[in-house]
Amino acid sequence: MKNGVCGSMESNDCLITVEPSDKTEIIIESIVYDFYGMQIREVIIDTLNELNIDDVRVFCIDRGALDYTIKARVKVAVERMRAR
Amino acid sequence: MIRSCLFVPAHNPGMLQTADLFDADAVIFDLEDAVSYEEKDAARSLLVEFLKNFKIDIKVIVRINNNPLWFYHDVAAIATERLDAVLLPKADSESLKKALSLLIRFEKERHLPKKISLIPLLETATAIMNAEELLARPRIGGVMLGAEDFTADMGIERTKSGTEILYPRMKIALVARAFHIIAIDTPFTDINDEAGLIKDATAARTLGMSAKAAIHPRQISHINRIFAPSAAQIERAQRILKKSADTAGVFSLDGKMIDQPIIERARKTVEKAKRYKLI
Repeated sequence: MKNGVCGSMESNDCLITVEPSDKTEIIIESIVYDFYGMQIREVIIDTLNELNIDDVRVFCIDRGALDYTIKARVKVAVERMRAR
Repeated sequence: MIRSCLFVPAHNPGMLQTADLFDADAVIFDLEDAVSYEEKDAARSLLVEFLKNFKIDIKVIVRINNNPLWFYHDVAAIATERLDAVLLPKADSESLKKALSLLIRFEKERHLPKKISLIPLLETATAIMNAEELLARPRIGGVMLGAEDFTADMGIERTKSGTEILYPRMKIALVARAFHIIAIDTPFTDINDEAGLIKDATAARTLGMSAKAAIHPRQISHINRIFAPSAAQIERAQRILKKSADTAGVFSLDGKMIDQPIIERARKTVEKAKRYKLI
């Protein structure tokens, strides 16, 4: 499996890249990290749990995305990774 | 009853989040032409999560892809209690039948509290010719004219005068009226030409179209005004209804004869005005 990417760098969006790993790792870059970094991480973890995944590395470049956007982007990035 | 519906590309979170802020009577989340081939899955997923998390107080319509690759996935994803209607592009008998069958299946499986309606987008010569047959089908809640694809199908130029869509507009308005469904006019694509939009929307309304699609928020106020009764029309309709309540049969108002069809039109005008909170 190679990586899966979804989203964009436009405002209100985020760019999610998911790649295989031995364990779950989440790396977040956000202009609002100090305020919302933990919340973004929580949304990503919840979404991975929903998908029963614990072996991926997730890179999130956030541009002010709301929770639903992060969730949708993670889901599709995972689907795209699996489809490769 | 709607006057305006705003197309919103389903792949853009910023646009989804502001979709109901512009006074449109309905929003059409677009999974089709506004979304590139590579982003169909992302747009569908984003729209599904958006609709789960945001309450929208206007009618929600989704334009799906009428394409074997995405048709099923689109309907399966969006058939939820938040959806009012599916806008089916390049509609024909077969695709309408397929869409209806899927909607019935998902409504039953998911115990949806209401029935989702279908709005065929008529955009080929064949579809316009078969409008009576297509719109007579079950669950049809409205119809939209797609002028860009229609003129492409005809091999003719799309112009601002709209002469080339005179017949499709008339036919759609007529058939829609006969089946008591809304007739939504094609969008005016030059978002910087306000005078052109006003002329185009007025022409559509004169021919009997009941609403118009918008592709930019700045088009909505013009469309809402044109597809609603004017202050003068409302005032006259109210006077007609008041006098008709006190008078049996035909009577005269401002030197003009008022009979049953005119009273009925006045009733509809007042009903529309109330619906759009103009009185």
